[in-house]
Amino acid sequence: MSRGVPSSTRPKADKAAFGIAIFLAALAALIFWDASRLTAVANYSRIGPATIPIVIATCLLGLAVWTAIAARAGDFPARERQQIAPAAWVVGGLVLQMLCLKTLGFSIATGLLFAMTAAAFGKRKLYITIPLGIVLCLAIWLLFAGLLQLSLPAGPLEHLLRR
Amino acid sequence: MSTFEFLLQGLLVAMQPMNLVYALIGVTLGTAVGVLPGIGPALTVALLLPVTYRLDPGGSLIMFAGIYYGGMYGGSTTSILLNTPGESSSIVTALEGNKMARAGRGGPALATAAIGSFVAGLIATIGLAFIAPAIVKLALVFGPREYFALMVLAFVTVSSAFGDSTLRGLTSLFLGFALAIIGIDQLTGQTRMSFGVPDLLDGVEVTTLAVAMFAIGETLYIAAQGDQGPEKVEAVRGSVWMTAQDWARSWKPWLRGTVIGFPIGAMPAGGAEIGTFLSYATEKRLTKHPEEFGHGAIEGVAGPEAANNASAAGTLVPLLTLGLPTTATAAIMLAGFQQYGLQPGPLLFATNPQLVWGLIASLLIANFMLLVLNLPLVGLWVKLLTIPRPWLYAGILTFATLGTIGANPSVFELGMLLAFGLMGYLMRVFGYPIAPVVVGLILGPLAEQQLRRALAISQGDPSVLFTSPIAAVLLTIAALALIVPAVLRARGKGQVLSQLAASED
Repeated sequence: MSRGVPSSTRPKADKAAFGIAIFLAALAALIFWDASRLTAVANYSRIGPATIPIVIATCLLGLAVWTAIAARAGDFPARERQQIAPAAWVVGGLVLQMLCLKTLGFSIATGLLFAMTAAAFGKRKLYITIPLGIVLCLAIWLLFAGLLQLSLPAGPLEHLLRR
Repeated sequence: MSTFEFLLQGLLVAMQPMNLVYALIGVTLGTAVGVLPGIGPALTVALLLPVTYRLDPGGSLIMFAGIYYGGMYGGSTTSILLNTPGESSSIVTALEGNKMARAGRGGPALATAAIGSFVAGLIATIGLAFIAPAIVKLALVFGPREYFALMVLAFVTVSSAFGDSTLRGLTSLFLGFALAIIGIDQLTGQTRMSFGVPDLLDGVEVTTLAVAMFAIGETLYIAAQGDQGPEKVEAVRGSVWMTAQDWARSWKPWLRGTVIGFPIGAMPAGGAEIGTFLSYATEKRLTKHPEEFGHGAIEGVAGPEAANNASAAGTLVPLLTLGLPTTATAAIMLAGFQQYGLQPGPLLFATNPQLVWGLIASLLIANFMLLVLNLPLVGLWVKLLTIPRPWLYAGILTFATLGTIGANPSVFELGMLLAFGLMGYLMRVFGYPIAPVVVGLILGPLAEQQLRRALAISQGDPSVLFTSPIAAVLLTIAALALIVPAVLRARGKGQVLSQLAASED
């Protein structure tokens, strides 16, 4: 299958797919390394905690080779053009939430995520979306932490309400 | 006791007011997520697992099953009115359903989908009640090697028998296996793949993986497609009631769809999609109005919708009787059972008949609720389709992270959520299926356990795996399910298989 560009002679090798093959091989190596330090408990079934990981790693290695061959033949399906900017907004929101969760509490951290995700889809007025997100998440916090006793981290806003 | 008595007893359990409330919440939520594009029943159940941790097990499971059924109903609404299937199993419905809506026959299309789903759901649930005890009896003679063979078959069908690439299906499955080894080995207590990180000792949570793959991966993927302009929602014009002719053309496809969908769901063959495609092909061949196909034939909506609901009920057969999930939603429901320390399988029918039969009976009730929710109230669900995408996806991510934070409020867990979310995004970009990762993560450790038990009994002799007739037959079917599609694809006949792609739900 060609990937967007009309391929006249032989299809071009797929660099990104080679990356996948390398990732799979690295994952297999990691499992082999981890399995090698497991002490083989000598039991009469000859199959211990390391057996299955070794089987899985061997299969992953085989899949890595197969992926590399497919990548060389250009066998991967056509990919649509990806826009990095909106996806980066979403990732940024998730990172921000992760960093703020412990210090600023659930509502502020998740409110920021809410606003960043909305921004990814075109609502860029952060001075509206951030307060909106925080109020919404505060309501969610009251509902879930209060009624369902979920342990959602509390920050300054939540402490203000709890008093 | 006979099946009837068990079912009556189950109805008494299901009629308890609290359980009715759970069922109602389940079907309402299920319909809502079925209607909304971007989220499906698998994700919803995953999100609710941590929230329901402290609730009553029976009630929560009734709610989960209600979500599964509701998702199947709701998906049809999106397909018909938006031409964007809400669930993978509603793709076929969109073919004829959306054409009907554009021709101003959206009402009858919705009605035949809802009534067909009801008929199929009812028949298939009764089928489930009568088949389950027989399979439970059969499963009692199953030893570790038979279970292992059964799981191998499930692995093959979920990952590579359908879909467009054996390579990518198997890669997804093995990624799931690799994640499954993380944590403490169940038999010897040694830590594997944890690298001294305490957060990894408990392994990767199924909910974290599912939420990351389905919610975050999907959101990133949709965001990265850029702005594609507003989608057109077809208004429901004219009467929602079906004419006498509509009824006459619908009832046979409903029954045929049920007959096609139920066995496919009940076999470890993965996915409700396959039944819908077969049903569509059947209706197209048998119809008296072939000229209407492609322009809004009511049979093309009635049959596949019935097949899709029947196979949802069918999926519960292996899940309840063998503990074997064949779809992502079923895999997460299995995690729901495990959360309460319950292991579905023949033993559960003996030790906890109240719960099992209460669950089955509540599905019958859920079906009646869904008919009411989806016929007179369909206008309400249509409004959900008009939620602008920024708010929809912002809300999805808020609730997705809420579930994870509620289960384990740690920065590490959120980091895993992000990492798996990025993985889910890249897998979508490169055309890898998502369901095998989830099934591999949850079923992998169970398969390892059965394999090691079988080999412990045989003192390490692997030939024991093939010497049981049942296991040998199952493994042969698994091998065929792996090889035949691969050969078909290599000879350029893979289009049919890729259409049958078993995917997320």
